Amino acid sequence: MEDFYRDYILDHYRNPRNFGHLENATVSAEELNPLCGDVIRMDLQVDDAGIVREVRFSGKGCAISQASASMLTESVIGMPLEAVAKLSKDVVLENVGIGISPTRMKCAMLGLRVLKTAAIGSLAAWPDEE
Amino acid sequence: MIHVRERTAQEIRADFPIFARPTGRGKPLVYLDSAATSQKPQSVIDALDTYYREYNANIHRGVYEIAARATEAFEAARARVARFINCAPGELIWTRNTTEAINLVAYAWGNANVRAGDVILLTELEHHSNLVPWQLLAQRTGAVLRFIPIDERGVLVLDGLDRLLDGCTILSIAHVGNTLGTIQPLDRIIPRARAAGALVVVDGAQGTPHLPVDVAALDCDFYAFSGHKMLAPTGVGALYGKRSLLESMPPFLSGGDMIRTVGYERTTFNEPPWKFEAGTSNIADAIAFGVAVDYLADVGLGWIREHEKRITRYALERLTALAPRGLVVYGPRDPEHIGGVLSFNLGDVHAHDVASILDTEGVCVRAGHHCTMPLMEKMGWHATARASFYLYNTEEDVDTLVSALEKAARIFKL
Ligand SMILES: Cc1ncc(COP(=O)(O)O)c(C=O)c1O
Repeated sequence: MEDFYRDYILDHYRNPRNFGHLENATVSAEELNPLCGDVIRMDLQVDDAGIVREVRFSGKGCAISQASASMLTESVIGMPLEAVAKLSKDVVLENVGIGISPTRMKCAMLGLRVLKTAAIGSLAAWPDEE
Repeated sequence: MIHVRERTAQEIRADFPIFARPTGRGKPLVYLDSAATSQKPQSVIDALDTYYREYNANIHRGVYEIAARATEAFEAARARVARFINCAPGELIWTRNTTEAINLVAYAWGNANVRAGDVILLTELEHHSNLVPWQLLAQRTGAVLRFIPIDERGVLVLDGLDRLLDGCTILSIAHVGNTLGTIQPLDRIIPRARAAGALVVVDGAQGTPHLPVDVAALDCDFYAFSGHKMLAPTGVGALYGKRSLLESMPPFLSGGDMIRTVGYERTTFNEPPWKFEAGTSNIADAIAFGVAVDYLADVGLGWIREHEKRITRYALERLTALAPRGLVVYGPRDPEHIGGVLSFNLGDVHAHDVASILDTEGVCVRAGHHCTMPLMEKMGWHATARASFYLYNTEEDVDTLVSALEKAARIFKL
């Protein structure tokens, strides 16, 4: 677990990318990690062709949840919203590039769950339980 | 009780088999989460084993030998736990835990006695277990909730207490807070609540494990506590209730065991405490609870309290070395006023990350909101890490905590 806290993870934690809100969001979602009470919100702006043009995330939480969410926002820009709805946990695992202990898996998956909830329009399952 | 010789924490540790096993990473277990649940001594584990091996039988019914033995052990355990808090066995109801005990009061006494407009007084630092049952009671009856406020250290502000108690039907308050470990001045609060005519309920989940508790001296009406935080197994807790209240209030759950006579249309109830124990009880765990309180009484609550103060004082001293790296300890920070609990944060590191890194060194701490979300919100804390100490913790445990925190500070470049 200590390996998890690599420089690029700490960088995403302390300097989150695409952080904030979108005034003109097409879809949004907000969910909480019941384990710790951390909340993440995702705002997406989608063009007429269904492509994600802009993403912002907001919330407060641990390095794992914040860095995973921050990296995820970079992954989905330019992606069709339909593809976002179908993302699996692998996108997060590849982004973080390091093993996540089972006790912290929910922290890592929170951002993706919120993103998929926004894309689907109803509460998405936990990606690690699909 | 006469103590031949005081024991040391090292000797006490030897009674807890879990400390003989290394953690998954091969490190010794440094268990600093007893406020969540305590470890169990061999004698408690043996009591469960013996019951199931030698005299497992249902109680209060069988005429055969092992049933009689089980009934006797079960009622003897009740008497031991009752003596531990200085009440009569007939005033001690077995429950699953503190939460169920508080719910019993809120439903059985609350539904029968609370009316629209009545006031239920709590404090701003209660555990969800001593908040949500009262919120639901208020919703059922139209009663209103009031809260004794806290200052920026998490200490109760009692200046306006008499005003808050005006028209108050129930006061329910933790003996010791679980997030900051604050020992509440019940001796100053309960007499004023009594004078105002309020029913006094004490959430003793963090009281009985750490302080000598005498419910008669406290002069409360109900006192709720959990076995698992005081060396007993999970799944058993208790509720003390004044005899006259237990006699006059209606039952909570109903069914077998709590009855005297049953007809198709109508039933008469058993006398307290059995009136409140519907269905087959948690026999084995209750028996083991009796063994747990004997263990605590044998070590001595006075010794435990002094030991926890010593460890807490030592931890506070050692943690100041980490202040330049952003370590902040919350709460009263005075070992005299806290029950072996320290809540803290390390710089901008989230408490969950702190706990994960401590875990790599075998150190178990709790991280999050500690089931006190309103308190966290009020204090402006997103999450805290919490170390809690008990009779088996040592100065070495604190040293390991501090070096693990140094590791966390290093990883996060603080
Ligand atoms: C102060 C306080 N009250 C109530 C509870 C609830 O105890 P249980 O979960 O055993 O019902 C706890 C346990 O964390 C506690 O610390």
